[in-house]
Amino acid sequence: MNFYAIRAIYRFEMARFGRTLMQSLASPVLSTSLYFIVFGTAIGSRIGAIDGISYGAFIIPGLVMLSLLSESISNASFGIYMPKFTGTIYELLSAPVSWAEALVGYVGAAASKSMILGALILVTARLFVPYEIAHPFWMVAFLALTAVTFSLFGFIIGVWADGFEKLQIVPLMVITPLTFLGGSFYSINMLPPLWQKIALINPVVYLISGFRWSFYGVSDVHVGVSAAMIGVFLVACLLLIRWIFKSGYRLRN
Amino acid sequence: MTPIISIRGLSKTYASGFEALKHIDLEIRRGEIFALLGPNGAGKTTLIGAVCGLVRPSGGSIHADGHDIARDYRAARTKIGLVPQELSTDAFETVWATVSFSRGLFGKPRDPAFVEKLLRQLSLWDKKDAKIMTLSGGMKRRVMIAKALSHEPTILFLDEPTAGVDVELRRDMWEMVRGLRASGVTIILTTHYIEEAEEMADRIGVISRGRILLVEDKAALMAKLGKKQLTLHLQAPLAQIPAAFAGEPLELSADGNALTYTFDAQSEATGIGALLRRLNEQGIDFKSLQSSESSLEDIFVSLVREQA
Ligand SMILES: Nc1ncnc2c1ncn2[C@@H]1O[C@H](COP(=O)(O)OP(=O)(O)O)[C@@H](O)[C@H]1O
Ligand SMILES: [Mg+2]
Repeated sequence: MNFYAIRAIYRFEMARFGRTLMQSLASPVLSTSLYFIVFGTAIGSRIGAIDGISYGAFIIPGLVMLSLLSESISNASFGIYMPKFTGTIYELLSAPVSWAEALVGYVGAAASKSMILGALILVTARLFVPYEIAHPFWMVAFLALTAVTFSLFGFIIGVWADGFEKLQIVPLMVITPLTFLGGSFYSINMLPPLWQKIALINPVVYLISGFRWSFYGVSDVHVGVSAAMIGVFLVACLLLIRWIFKSGYRLRN
Repeated sequence: MTPIISIRGLSKTYASGFEALKHIDLEIRRGEIFALLGPNGAGKTTLIGAVCGLVRPSGGSIHADGHDIARDYRAARTKIGLVPQELSTDAFETVWATVSFSRGLFGKPRDPAFVEKLLRQLSLWDKKDAKIMTLSGGMKRRVMIAKALSHEPTILFLDEPTAGVDVELRRDMWEMVRGLRASGVTIILTTHYIEEAEEMADRIGVISRGRILLVEDKAALMAKLGKKQLTLHLQAPLAQIPAAFAGEPLELSADGNALTYTFDAQSEATGIGALLRRLNEQGIDFKSLQSSESSLEDIFVSLVREQA
């Protein structure tokens, strides 16, 4: 085990985070605050409670997930894309580092960052809406699992991308719509029956539902199904990354 | 003594179908400075990349210090440091942070005293807290050398180390390379400057179009393939080479004041004695004479031309 390498990569990535602390944290916190003001306070006061939860409180888990997903993906994809772009990746490729070690360093750092952000958003939300967390352990578990899984996914995008457009396109064109349509702002049960079925194709539905369950004990789909879906996605990402390193896809000539 | 690097049957075909290395066999001796000499596009960077793990070989095997670089990559790579041809650095990092990062990446515990010594050797110490983007090109190259040496490798690859480098850095670099060799490090450098190979190397391998054309001790190479020239400065200019010398390897300078005779330095009979006697018979007198050896450059050009 090359522990020193994991530590070096992790520190390097966290240092980058530290340098851009304001950008990394301020903009997601600001945009989340705006959501609370608009949807939670202004419009939310005219929307009835959903499943017995006030609308302002109802949207918290979805908003955290929204930021968590996009930040995990962008942190991790940027982390591996930049060395490819500047050419400094030669060092990683020539180092005595296994793919699993590199992954722990890069993905660990990306997931740490987005978890810090998630916690910060939860704290910010508390300023607007009083809420309780029914299952704190599961809340943290969902937060961590989601952060890791989507950081892995971001890592794949970063390896695959050969330009800045590609780096942006997946979060923008895929993740954002899926999150908005995944029940951040409404319960899937509020949709007409056909759309409820269609919505279940969307993996983000399971994330938000499970996460919301950890807060309020109510969910659109069974929490076990949510956990299983995240697990499946996590394993799929891991297998794909293993293949990337073994085959050298877009990393080695 | 077992070679420190042993390459057998190495070939590389890029995804484009281009065959950059064609069945390379090469052994690098422990502790030597080996120069891989070849024109642009010969396959030098590809060869280094294959040893260091940047390029996936299409065939063949590579051992570094006894370790198979694919199966036992950890042990092999720990021994190797690489300064690539391209300048690529992390713009926003400080010199100290980037060199410490490299040391960790290669599995070594922190050692501030060693990093300090390294930075001082490379005249980087007073820049240790500077962001890399604020450094000049030459300084950046020093940083890349420091990164490559940060984990105390026993094998160092320098890919075109002096391309675009100023005189001072070049001198420092050669001094450093000699110092490293004295401490037991094996150095493999690539270059397309013949003077560089001539000046630095113990042995020279010539590569062209993905093939190693020859590997030779520098001195032996010079002696084996080297031609010598004898130049005679004449008392009186000649209009042309006298007919009696037709077919001899003689050339007359444009002003008619000098005759140049080319001969094989290694051969038993250089023909110089006979030449001087015959010149005397013809009444051609000379003021002075001087002999010179041909440089590696001439050897190199003739080798590559032979292949073409
Ligand atoms: N990634 C690549 N894909 C296809 N061909 C390549 C690639 N990299 C290098 N080549 C080709 O392989 C040959 C050898 O390149 P290289 O090893 O860089 O030569 P050198 O370092 O001796 O100048 C060149 O003709 C180059 O165009
Ligand atoms: Mg090259």
